[in-house]
Amino acid sequence: MSVVFTVRDLDFCYPGASRDAVRGVSLEVPEGGFVALLGPNGSGKSTLLKLMLGELGRSAGEVAYLERPIESWPRREVARRVAFVPQAEPLAFPMTVRALVEMGRYPHVGVLGRPGPEDAAAVESAMVRAGVIEFAERSVTHLSGGERQRARIARALAQEPSTLVLDEPTAALDLHYEMETFELLRHLSHDAGFTVLVATHNLNLAARYASRLALLAEGEVQAAGDPEAVLQRETIERVYRWPVVVSSHPGPGPDASAPQVIPLSRPPGGKTNDGEVNRCGG
Amino acid sequence: MTRNPTGPIAVRLLLLSFVLALVAAVALVVGPVHVPLADVLGALRGRADPTAQTIVTSLRLPRVLLASLVGAGLAVSGSVFQALLRNPLAEPYVLGVASGAAVGAVAAIVLGITATSFVALPASAFSGAIVATALVLAMAGAHGRGLDTRVLLLSGVVIGAFFNAIILLIINFADVETFRAALLWTMGSFSGASPESVAAVSIYVVPALVGLTLLARPLNLLSVGEQSAFHLGVDVRRFKLLLYVATSLVVGVCVAGAGAIGFVGLVVPHGLRLVGGSDHRWLLPGSALCGAGFMVAADTVARTVVAPAELPVGVVTALVGVPVFLWLLLRHEELR
Repeated sequence: MSVVFTVRDLDFCYPGASRDAVRGVSLEVPEGGFVALLGPNGSGKSTLLKLMLGELGRSAGEVAYLERPIESWPRREVARRVAFVPQAEPLAFPMTVRALVEMGRYPHVGVLGRPGPEDAAAVESAMVRAGVIEFAERSVTHLSGGERQRARIARALAQEPSTLVLDEPTAALDLHYEMETFELLRHLSHDAGFTVLVATHNLNLAARYASRLALLAEGEVQAAGDPEAVLQRETIERVYRWPVVVSSHPGPGPDASAPQVIPLSRPPGGKTNDGEVNRCGG
Repeated sequence: MTRNPTGPIAVRLLLLSFVLALVAAVALVVGPVHVPLADVLGALRGRADPTAQTIVTSLRLPRVLLASLVGAGLAVSGSVFQALLRNPLAEPYVLGVASGAAVGAVAAIVLGITATSFVALPASAFSGAIVATALVLAMAGAHGRGLDTRVLLLSGVVIGAFFNAIILLIINFADVETFRAALLWTMGSFSGASPESVAAVSIYVVPALVGLTLLARPLNLLSVGEQSAFHLGVDVRRFKLLLYVATSLVVGVCVAGAGAIGFVGLVVPHGLRLVGGSDHRWLLPGSALCGAGFMVAADTVARTVVAPAELPVGVVTALVGVPVFLWLLLRHEELR
């Protein structure tokens, strides 16, 4: 199986920051794979995604998309292959869901082109897939958080990419929408051949839906591999500074026996380990 | 495909063109000497009596054309600044960019460059505009989250005051004739319009406006944030640089042609958004047509209400624009 993203020895430091946001990260995203990036707040998940997609320029190391350095790709060519769903986005002016999803056709239509029937068809099928077709003509400002997130996923699908990258897609969603989102991602990955890369706080859903996990802390990869290898009690307790037990999904369903992390109450007198701090430019 | 509030874009633009033609016709008819519409039409074809011919083709037509170009340029610049800074209060005059351009224009005048220079005067005003734009960008920060209203207003006031001080400093060194001409730049007027000044403005403004209008689609993407625009295939850094340079050029050339005229870039896009929404495929050509009509109307008022004297056209646009600005500010603050 070929590799979609290759990350090697990646370092990045925000200007003026006292420590690297990403340090010595190596990672591979295989074609058709479902990879989840895990880690506490500020562990570097979002920064790593930005570096992999070329939004930020790295300090050192390599990032390649389809074996070509990400920064040497023309933006529109990347956008025809890789779609990104942000955590949240500002909306300067009101617009309909359909107008938002139509934006996904920009990499295909370009600055001067006119959208044709194939663009309209792609928009329609993306809205059906993401389940937003019923409120296509409603204003995005009048949608709930879950509906808005699905509209952004629809826009990503309208790009007709082969890779989907999502930054905490379910952070603001209730259980129903969170499950629906992960089910959709699994369907896209298993049945439609999409490569999926998702940053999330939800260890348990990542363990069920992703085939490969990478756990970050302080900008460094603490563990990577299949869910059983990454979600070890000692690793989770060290990274999250909280006592846990690791159980397994009771079933029924396809996720039976996937590792599931259950946080415990803090033992009396338990103290936290704040971890070491690495310095920039080291 | 997108549902439009009041009919398809082309129909609405046609309607605006019709209004512009109407306003221009009125502007050619009224003045100290009333020229009947029949004579105006005759003069446009070169077949009127000599007096009407002179009034229409040498005095009023250049004025209408210059006001149209400057109004279109300032209104489109306002729309683009609002999309770039994601703030509906952004406008060349409010941001201080027009004052920067006026410094460049006044400096050129004092140095002895004539008002109908095709290169030196526009270049000088453009330099002033781009310096002011760079200051605005420094204020906005590199975060791409949009410009906070308080920062926008404060920096605009301060940058504007600074540039006005420089203008007063420069014209202190000028003779009386130049002093009068330079003072005009700080208030805005079309009284110096001539076929040459129309040509000097149009060679820059027309191509720049056509180019900006063609960029409507990527501009729409900026309204969902720079991060999303980047991932939808826009090279955001290069695109923003191009937009800032193009709008600074338009503002610089407009100010060189008629002085610093405020609030057109605020009133016009805001009205158009209320009528037809924020799609830039409508907003940009609409701003050009409506800005032109608004400016011709304002200039007609400026030269007729106190006839035979003349008001600076900036006074008229400010009298209309400031109430709209305050209303927008109050509404905008409620949204926060």
